[in-house]
Amino acid sequence: MKFKTFAAFIGPSVFMMLLFIAFPLVSVFQQSFYITQPIYDLVDVETCTPGFVTQTCVTETQSVPRLDEEGAIITKTDFVGLQSYRNVLELGRAWDALSSGSWAAFQSIDFWKALRFTLSFTLITLPLVICAGLGIAVMINSAAKSVRGPVIFVSLLPFIITPVIGALSINWLFRGDGILTAALEWYLQRDIAMFAQAWTIEILMMFYRVWHVAPFAAIVFYAGLQTVNQDSLESAIIDGASRWQRLKYIIIPHLMPLIVFISMIHLMDSYRVFEEIVGFSSQGHVISLQWLTYDFLVPDQAGNRSISRASASAMLTMIGIALLLVPLLRRTWRDHQGGH
Amino acid sequence: MKLKTLLAAGAVAMSSTAAFAGCAIENTVPLKSLSAGFEAWKAVTDAMAECGNFQASLDQEFREKQPEAFAANPALYQIGGVANATMIPLLNAGSIRPLDDLVAKYGQNLTPNQLIKVDGKVMAIAMMVNAQHLMYRSDILADLGIAEPATWDEVLAAAEKIKAAGVVEYPLGGTFKTGWNLGEEFVNMYLGEGGTFIGEGNMPAINNAQGVAALETMKAMTAYMDPEYLVSDSTYVQQQFQQGKIAMANLWASRAAAMDDEAESQVVGKVAMAAAPNGSAAPASSLWWDGFVFAANMSDQEAEAAFQVAMEGIDGEMVSANNDAAVWLLNGYTPGKLAAGAAATAANGASPYPASGPMGIMHTVLGNGLADYLTGAKDAETTLADIEAAYMTAAKEAGLVK
Repeated sequence: MKFKTFAAFIGPSVFMMLLFIAFPLVSVFQQSFYITQPIYDLVDVETCTPGFVTQTCVTETQSVPRLDEEGAIITKTDFVGLQSYRNVLELGRAWDALSSGSWAAFQSIDFWKALRFTLSFTLITLPLVICAGLGIAVMINSAAKSVRGPVIFVSLLPFIITPVIGALSINWLFRGDGILTAALEWYLQRDIAMFAQAWTIEILMMFYRVWHVAPFAAIVFYAGLQTVNQDSLESAIIDGASRWQRLKYIIIPHLMPLIVFISMIHLMDSYRVFEEIVGFSSQGHVISLQWLTYDFLVPDQAGNRSISRASASAMLTMIGIALLLVPLLRRTWRDHQGGH
Repeated sequence: MKLKTLLAAGAVAMSSTAAFAGCAIENTVPLKSLSAGFEAWKAVTDAMAECGNFQASLDQEFREKQPEAFAANPALYQIGGVANATMIPLLNAGSIRPLDDLVAKYGQNLTPNQLIKVDGKVMAIAMMVNAQHLMYRSDILADLGIAEPATWDEVLAAAEKIKAAGVVEYPLGGTFKTGWNLGEEFVNMYLGEGGTFIGEGNMPAINNAQGVAALETMKAMTAYMDPEYLVSDSTYVQQQFQQGKIAMANLWASRAAAMDDEAESQVVGKVAMAAAPNGSAAPASSLWWDGFVFAANMSDQEAEAAFQVAMEGIDGEMVSANNDAAVWLLNGYTPGKLAAGAAATAANGASPYPASGPMGIMHTVLGNGLADYLTGAKDAETTLADIEAAYMTAAKEAGLVK
């Protein structure tokens, strides 16, 4: 292809990537090193608020932001280096907790608490998604031609449901005396509160994520199954290979590039776990890194928000994903080199 | 044929909104408002719409939109609905106007305690108050021979008796959902112990005996509550009440009407409203008001029209039609049985919610940090110290603490 044609094809996409991904990323990166604050004056203010019959008036010293002549709040922006990263990581506290051997104290620091959950969520759901996906794909593949369409449709359904809605419905099935909790209570003959402690919520979240994502893996694997060399399979059958041996020695090696692909997508997606936290309103017990960023960003009632810490936390999340992807990327790179 | 019917129906609908029913003035200036979306605001803005040329946005995310929308010039909304805390960002940005001249000109119907004054100037017009106060199942307490609890100690003693009698699933309900709700519970308890949140130079001041006492009461409450308390918000507690699962809760006055809603509630007429129980110093509750603010960035003519329309929205006619929708501060309001709890709470000397910039941060860090104590991950002092540390980090970033 001529370079000009190539450029014309790729140009718009590169432009969009720069505009909507690269520039915001650079901006977030930059903001994580700066802090923007209003300039406050201390002023004695008398405030009166209503009671039922009389008013309550109090005079107190308040911090009131200084305004310029146009009525806008004057702000100043300072370079603070890695201060925001230090504020998010709280390394000093983390080190004290670890050196005193207290895992509980370590886990009471937001970032490390979020990292612990995010990592375990990602790494536990990964093999489950791949196994479930492969299982569904093999099931679809061995289903009779006449029912294959409906089977594909039904197994894709969980993937179509909007994540927050899906999480909420599972929440409602188990919350309080939700029907599934009630069923469990009836079966086990004991009182169960699924949302009263962290580990049950975590199990529900992981279950939900696997249920939600496995169909995507399944459909990719199903496509891969169509390209398995039928001759090798037939010779394997003649040689007396069992179903399991065929899966292990022929199908899985054939699907390996797809498994790596699904793993990468899944690592990237689940490291940014967020919908589950919101859907299960689990903030009291479990938080994730993405939720932490969001929480820094949401203004409180008085309008304060922590943009710098949010930026730092977003950058840390990105670094985390990059680190997780390294082994898989190295593998793909080696295969790629070998292929030439 | 169908199109014609539709057009005709549309025309009828248009003409009915243009009829200015129940509005003394005819408004010619296009006006818009942005407020929260609960029942009281719906009633008020409907009454305002009767004056014509008025469009209301009732939006639960109003607090994220208001600061930007009011800072625009001209402002995107002329009228805003705020509460104690949500007025702060508008006040800080100088995007709402003083109302003294308008009150003098058009505010004959206002009572003095509706005027929210900051630094001597009227900055907002309150229309209703809201507070968390005790609601309890009068039938259950009467059956067990328990008097109406007036302090938290009595509430806990009553909860113990109800638990022993086993008449409901959980004796107590609480809006303990992590985040704003849980923060508000602590604010109430801590005010009940007579504490102050912010000290000299915006430094945090909660790590003290009063803070520990507030935490201990909260922890004692959880023993009688649904174990899933960290996910239960006001609506959830309201439903637990309606379904007869709980016997007592410190719940918002604005939820009182739902207890007697025959369509939803199985306990109609059985829920009594009482003052918020006292801590060791004051009622464990904070008073909130809701009311109007008016944009600074609009013409004086618009401001006059906006103020008049707002006054029409909170006139006696609206109040008598929606008497039980809120605890109104307006002329013509007859406090019913449902308002008794909020009124008694205020009469007992509950403090207003101490809204300010630093308090916004304090509320957030409280809401995020308290769960660790309730789940037993930390003791009370550590929890409060950690919350103060989180406050310092955020306040430094916001520039409130040097």
